[in-house]
Amino acid sequence: MNFLCMESYLGSLWGELNGAGDVDFFIKGLVKLPFKFLGKDIYITTAHVCALIVMLLLIVFAIFANRAIKKASLTDTPGGFQNVVELIVEMLDNMINGTMGKNGKKFLNYIGTIFIFILISNISGLFGLRPPTAYYGVTLPLGLITFGMITYNKFKHQKVKGVIKGLCDPWPIWAPINIIGDIAVPVSLSLRLFANILSGTVMMTLIYTLLPVFVKIGIPSVLHIYFDLFAGAIQTYVFCMLTMTYVTDAIGDN
Amino acid sequence: MQFNEYFIRGCSAIGAGLAVIAGIGPGIGQGIAAGYAANAVGRNPGAKSDITSTMLLGQAVAETTGLYGLLIAMLLLFVQPLGIDK
Repeated sequence: MNFLCMESYLGSLWGELNGAGDVDFFIKGLVKLPFKFLGKDIYITTAHVCALIVMLLLIVFAIFANRAIKKASLTDTPGGFQNVVELIVEMLDNMINGTMGKNGKKFLNYIGTIFIFILISNISGLFGLRPPTAYYGVTLPLGLITFGMITYNKFKHQKVKGVIKGLCDPWPIWAPINIIGDIAVPVSLSLRLFANILSGTVMMTLIYTLLPVFVKIGIPSVLHIYFDLFAGAIQTYVFCMLTMTYVTDAIGDN
Repeated sequence: MQFNEYFIRGCSAIGAGLAVIAGIGPGIGQGIAAGYAANAVGRNPGAKSDITSTMLLGQAVAETTGLYGLLIAMLLLFVQPLGIDK
């Protein structure tokens, strides 16, 4: 799907009509790769670059955190950075154990990772990046991983018999509807995250490009707090929370 | 029958405007959720943080249907899938 992928002529057209700068929230191809896929050109786009920047930041943070924790001893008073890292880990621990109960330990790594990645991606709009989560190619894999985890845990813990029983829940006639309901999970998860962050990006771009100069003093900062920080944090929380709920459901009681 | 580009573009804009009407439902739903949450906090102020997080989760899920409409509108406006030869 070529969704919001290449530069569109309409953005510049809109800018011309309003006498303002370009409306520019599209993903642009930077480097053309030397091969084609399904008859289409493949580009390294700004989305890839932004995702790489976010990942690089996280890797550097992880290296420093690892070093700080390894150096720490029981007798010292912890410094500022170590306190921050412990705070983050404790917060994630509480959230995951509070939702998943005794199953939480196994999923702590994965949920913590996607939580930090999505959070930093969502608020990277503050630093002038185009948020990587405003690209369907980033959020769909996240949703599909969740789907894979749900299916795997269903088959592992409820066995084939339990899965079939769950599909034919009231009566066997309802099986197609239940299957559609299962498939809708990754779609709605990924689309929710994608559309929220994309709408924030679009709104901010429209405000920066279409309004007269004197309105742009001070007002965008308030909107940044709402669209980037608030919506980003809420959507991160919702994505992780729903993933945990679905997986806990799939594991069942036993 | 051949339509010209401006006709299709205008119809796309009308369609985009109609698609955003989907925002009414989530608006009502989120309002109801916030109202009941305020009610619950009034009865049990000690559970405020739990109630707030539950409310936000529910509201974010309810928001999804409105966002589908927004997505359709943006597809119509910016990607323009309907019959324009570039």
